Amino acid sequence: MDKLLNVSSSPHVRSHDTTRGIMLDVVIAMLPAAAFGVFHFGVNALLVIIATCVSCILSEYIYEKAMHKPITISDGSALVTGMILALNMPPEIPVWIPFLGGIFAIIIVKQLYGGLGQNFMNPALAARCFLLLSFASYMNDFTAPAIGFDSISGATPLAVMRNGGTVDLGSLLIGQIPGTIGEVSVIALLIGGIYLIVRKVISPKIPLIYIGTVAVFTFVFGGFDIYYTLCEICAGGLVFGAFFMATDYVTSPITPLGQTVFGVVLGLFTGVFRMWGASPEGVSYAIILSNLLVPMIERVTLPKAFGREGK
Amino acid sequence: MGLATFIGGVHPYEGKELSESKPVQSLMPKGDLVFPMSQGIGAPANPLVKKGDRVLAGQKIGEAGGFISANAICSVSGTVKAIEPRRVASGGMVNSIVVENDGAYETIEGLGTDRDPSTLSKQEIRDIVKEAGIVGMGGAGFPTNVKLSPKDENAIEYILINGAECEPYLTSDYRCMVEMPEKVVGGLKVILQLFDKAKGVIGVENNKPEAIKILKDLVKDEPRIEVCELLTKYPQGGERSLIYAVTGRKVNSSMLPADAGCIVDNIATVIAIYDAVCKTTPLIERVFTVTGDAIADPRNFRVKIGTNTQELIEAAGGFKNEPEKVISGGPMMGFAMFDLDVPIIKTNGSVLCLTKDEVAANAETPCIRCGKCVSVCPSHIVPVLMMDAALKNDCERFEKLNGMECMECGSCTFTCPAKRPLTQAFKEMRKTVAANRRKKG
Repeated sequence: MDKLLNVSSSPHVRSHDTTRGIMLDVVIAMLPAAAFGVFHFGVNALLVIIATCVSCILSEYIYEKAMHKPITISDGSALVTGMILALNMPPEIPVWIPFLGGIFAIIIVKQLYGGLGQNFMNPALAARCFLLLSFASYMNDFTAPAIGFDSISGATPLAVMRNGGTVDLGSLLIGQIPGTIGEVSVIALLIGGIYLIVRKVISPKIPLIYIGTVAVFTFVFGGFDIYYTLCEICAGGLVFGAFFMATDYVTSPITPLGQTVFGVVLGLFTGVFRMWGASPEGVSYAIILSNLLVPMIERVTLPKAFGREGK
Repeated sequence: MGLATFIGGVHPYEGKELSESKPVQSLMPKGDLVFPMSQGIGAPANPLVKKGDRVLAGQKIGEAGGFISANAICSVSGTVKAIEPRRVASGGMVNSIVVENDGAYETIEGLGTDRDPSTLSKQEIRDIVKEAGIVGMGGAGFPTNVKLSPKDENAIEYILINGAECEPYLTSDYRCMVEMPEKVVGGLKVILQLFDKAKGVIGVENNKPEAIKILKDLVKDEPRIEVCELLTKYPQGGERSLIYAVTGRKVNSSMLPADAGCIVDNIATVIAIYDAVCKTTPLIERVFTVTGDAIADPRNFRVKIGTNTQELIEAAGGFKNEPEKVISGGPMMGFAMFDLDVPIIKTNGSVLCLTKDEVAANAETPCIRCGKCVSVCPSHIVPVLMMDAALKNDCERFEKLNGMECMECGSCTFTCPAKRPLTQAFKEMRKTVAANRRKKG
């Protein structure tokens, strides 16, 4: 033999899963919701998506270049952050705001804490909350031109319901409502969520427990009204948050029991915020707050080793 | 109801189709044979011959050097050429007896004589197993006679024969089960003779339906023996996984299988027991798989212990493609070899020659905390946190995370999308922790 044999420690084979492949799957899973958003709200939605993705990838590249770190934009994680951030934006927002959000997400929330895998909050959500606080009027403006449907009003379904109004469940499922670019169509989101589950990128555990907890909470505190409960589940960012943001690997627990606890905590926070908070929305704050509890949840939910369950 | 299995595990590419249909062929060695004095766990054997001595096939040439130690047996006739350190497949240098093969295969007197085990006492059977130099041939190399002599033989309720062969590519146990099932069952019966309260269970993964069918047919009139079909999943053949799958009992790192009323032997070992007890033949040969995408004609051989690995590769048609990595054993737990000039020892069941080294091809990236390592770990521990401890060299934290329960199966490392060398770090930590424990006494 001409060349030396390779030597390494076992195991000598690797699965085909890669970080990049997983990130790509997440992006693919968001495409139905993104496409629906563009179709529903028009060209500005597309510009917002482009702005956040470019902003995230560019921020990551420039930061890593400046800090003499390996360039990691090809792992796809910045693109995922950009997509999630875009889908969390109101459709008519001036594009410089989401662009700024992308910079905040990548530089402040992700890179300053050590880059991929080290951030303790979901970068896109932290950026959304930063924008909500900084540009409240822009971020809460859901007056969109009617495209495709003709029944878009300025108030989101959650706001309508809080003020005692009723909404049409069918419109919620299809997405014939005002809201952020990616959160409106439950059907489009479920297609993406099921794709992620089928591809084994996420387990259905956190989304189902999260949504289930919100359902129980809303049912109990909302006057035992099934229709109202269903509308609460389908309205706002719950389905989007449950499948795409609460399942973020970096900021959710790795322990099996911890994931259950995390789902319940998310549901309770969301329920409380929606019911008694200042804004009818609660998902974003519930998720980033729960992100902060993850280290504690993990610590108390470490699994018992095989054969040592008794101790 | 689902098949018997454990919780966790992975499904690597099996690769068994390369060699599973190839019948076992006997291979007579041409070159020198090398008999390392240590071919398993425990003290090395002491050479009983010196340079220039004539030796015969079946002759004891190394005497067990302690309680946990095994005899070394010569597998051919010839002359002792040297007694010197030689390299073994796992990489180390081991004092070895080198025998120049005269090609006559002259045996010691009585070798191969039929013997009826029912005429033997329990102690006689244990002595025969000890004299035959039998160790666990699945890889661990624990002296079998010691395993067959637990503190309380009445506490043993299960004799488990490990026919899972869960490592990808390997087919030697499969060929044995298909071609010599009567030896498997015969060997198991010998062991059952030692344990009056025990029942025998042969566990086979369901990717080997033919072996399951043949063995089930053979034991249908045996009241004390049954065949247990196992779900195909790595590491189904790990001792703890197998015990759990068959009996529902759990064994941890500070227990022996005997503490859970079980004794586990693999297929090759039980055949060696049969040969020693019923055929008066000590452990001088074993079935061995030469496979991988670099091998021209992957095959299974009956090979004399001590044969050079290169001879086996040539017998399998040599390399059709240049190998990048050659592994002694399976791809999940085997040793990567840097030198092919090593002898086959009792615990080696295969050599796997791969044209592509997947480890080198996959660069490590940062952990994204996906938790896949946690969900596949058969020991139900948390590899990602153990890795944090390992990178900080924090033995205390590693132990607290139950790092010593790791069986080094490699499932976490296989599944990790960030391609981190988890198992490698855990091996180092486990060694350090074990050494510290010994120091403390």
